[in-house]
Amino acid sequence: MDRLLLRGGRIIDPSQNIDGEMDLLIEGGKIAAIGKDIYRSGVDSPKTSVADFKILDLLGMVVAPGLIDMHTHLREPGFEYRETIRTGSEAASHGGFTSVACMPNTRPVNDNRSVTEFIIRRAAECNLVNVYPIAAISRGSKGVTMTEFWDLKNAGAVAFSDDGKPVTNSALMRRALEYASSLDMPIISHCEDVSLSAGGTINEGLVSTELGLAGIPDVAEDVMVARDIIISEFTGTVLHIAHVSTAGAVRLIRDARERGVKVTAETAPHYFSLTDEAVKEFDTNAKVYPPLRSMEDIIAIKEGLRDGTIAAIASDHAPHAITDKEVEFEYAASGIAGLETALALSLKLVTDGILTLNQLIEKMSANPARILHIPKGTLQVGADADITVIDLEKVWTVDPHGLRSKGKNSPFLGWTVKGKAILTIVGGGIKHRET
Amino acid sequence: MKLSKKDLLGIRDLTVEEINLILETAESFIEVSTRDIKKVPTLRGKTVINLFLEASTRTRTSFEIAGKRLSADTINISSTTSSIVKGETLIDTARNLEAMNPDVIVIRHSAAGAPQILARIMKQPIINAGDGAHEHPTQALLDLMTIRAKKGKVAGLKVAIVGDIAHSRVARSNIYGLTKMGAHVTVAGPATMMPRYIDRMGVTVCYRLEEAIRDADIIMMLRIQTERQQENLFPSLREYANYFCLNGENIKLAKDDVLVMHPGPINRGVEIAPEIADGPYSVILDQVTNGVAVRMALLYLLTGGK
Repeated sequence: MDRLLLRGGRIIDPSQNIDGEMDLLIEGGKIAAIGKDIYRSGVDSPKTSVADFKILDLLGMVVAPGLIDMHTHLREPGFEYRETIRTGSEAASHGGFTSVACMPNTRPVNDNRSVTEFIIRRAAECNLVNVYPIAAISRGSKGVTMTEFWDLKNAGAVAFSDDGKPVTNSALMRRALEYASSLDMPIISHCEDVSLSAGGTINEGLVSTELGLAGIPDVAEDVMVARDIIISEFTGTVLHIAHVSTAGAVRLIRDARERGVKVTAETAPHYFSLTDEAVKEFDTNAKVYPPLRSMEDIIAIKEGLRDGTIAAIASDHAPHAITDKEVEFEYAASGIAGLETALALSLKLVTDGILTLNQLIEKMSANPARILHIPKGTLQVGADADITVIDLEKVWTVDPHGLRSKGKNSPFLGWTVKGKAILTIVGGGIKHRET
Repeated sequence: MKLSKKDLLGIRDLTVEEINLILETAESFIEVSTRDIKKVPTLRGKTVINLFLEASTRTRTSFEIAGKRLSADTINISSTTSSIVKGETLIDTARNLEAMNPDVIVIRHSAAGAPQILARIMKQPIINAGDGAHEHPTQALLDLMTIRAKKGKVAGLKVAIVGDIAHSRVARSNIYGLTKMGAHVTVAGPATMMPRYIDRMGVTVCYRLEEAIRDADIIMMLRIQTERQQENLFPSLREYANYFCLNGENIKLAKDDVLVMHPGPINRGVEIAPEIADGPYSVILDQVTNGVAVRMALLYLLTGGK
């Protein structure tokens, strides 16, 4: 029996402007029907009996197109002590994601088709979530020589990024944007002027002053966002800006979009949930790159999400081993294991009236799919049955023992949050079910 | 009265009452250092570990003398002999030291927040002897002690702190200490050495030496590290000295009974002219003397000495 009926949930699919209590039928891994009282109205064969279905009653639950995390670090190959494709996939599934796009800063860097193919093969073996490799822009992410974009695309890469490092060479950035555009592939830019950020470990502000930690000024991000927008405008090609953390970047992106520049952007939940005050006790779990910023930046990011300047919310899942974090603050690795907290933290935007639930789902599903050009993020009949079912009322506490990721590095440990994915379905198969 | 916390991690954590307690205790220890036999049995049988993972001569020596004058067994570990260079983490080092049951750990570390790590995992009291550019609480306490001894008070005094404020743990601890005790603090230095939002720490900010020291009761000059020139924080030592060196001429702007302080070691002729460093306003050597007494007081108070 490969037919599953999700009955009575609130189906929200921004790609079709659907929002209402309906049934959804999955057949052969695809979405077969969507509508009111599918079973009783005989959309299916009149001869069908109830025994032919597996029925899940989802009254009161939200049924959404599977969430897509367009910015994840799975760490394999090379850093399996931090995360593997399997544990990362488990974390993704547990967090309600049906697809993740993984960044190339592994060891070796994903800069050639053998690494891309390895990731795809390993993900297929795990068979939990769709894993879309993002390949490096430059060989070794060293910012000198372009990787073989065409070959990488054919191997299965969906985008290019030197994430973790900026492309400091402006000419290389120009050529990468041009070349990728001809392949209909996005360039995802990690925006940082390293001459301005050098040595810094925390946002430059009152907290860095009080703690005596070297600061990373917000302009380190803004300067590079401005440069990349200018190059994108010049080439007329598509640019996606990763992990936006500053008010200045939001303003630059908004202005550029109003001019018609083809720029999109993402942010991550920690950039609208925490300020640099979280670092005050030298908490290395709150050390992240770019760093947590100020309340003014949070307000600007929320406004950017509200007005559509920022199209996507990604987890920027960066798992680390305890040994990477249990050291002096300036030596600690940067990053937050975010796959399993992203949804609940983002749902707070709905509670706070920043976004509607539809808009949130769009930013965590349809928009990432559109930016990455992957055939996901929709509940259209015939589409892959990738579905996330969310209990908006479920209150839970972020507990390290409950996280599936190997990385327990989260500043949200101990937080009580609301909203959880209770069912994650990928290709019609149930990959995670909250018990 | 006792200190409310097990550790001394920074001045920021201390109340005014606790600062007064430390200073009064230190004042009572001054006399010990003037005796013929400079030793009291207060901490006999106690073990003090000086874990100095960043180069230091005067602070380490001061702590060592303080411990010995109280009859404690003092053990010095410096970065060149520690396991740190072999790849052991600070937490590993801390756990190993803890297993040897010392009574106090004094730590100096180049990374801000390192003493906090030790304090979190070790049951023994931790004394911060300087962590990165964060805090240097014993320096601020000995500065407060020196000011109190010379001026009879701290409240209401006008204090100028001049130099590389951004990278100075001495400046931070003194800002916390002096403002808590009621002094008016002005910080001055090139704008490149002035951290963001420093004014929100309750100080007045200016960029001219003359402006800062006008009518000052106390002038604290900070050490300039020459390698900062590589970071373009100032164009040359010559220019810095021309505009920020305290000398016989500009000191006339301060009060007639101004005290000149410096945490040492001094770059003579860069931040402070030799005739000022050695002149009648200077209390630099009093600071060093008081440093031993302050550290004796802390070892005593934190070990619950009787």
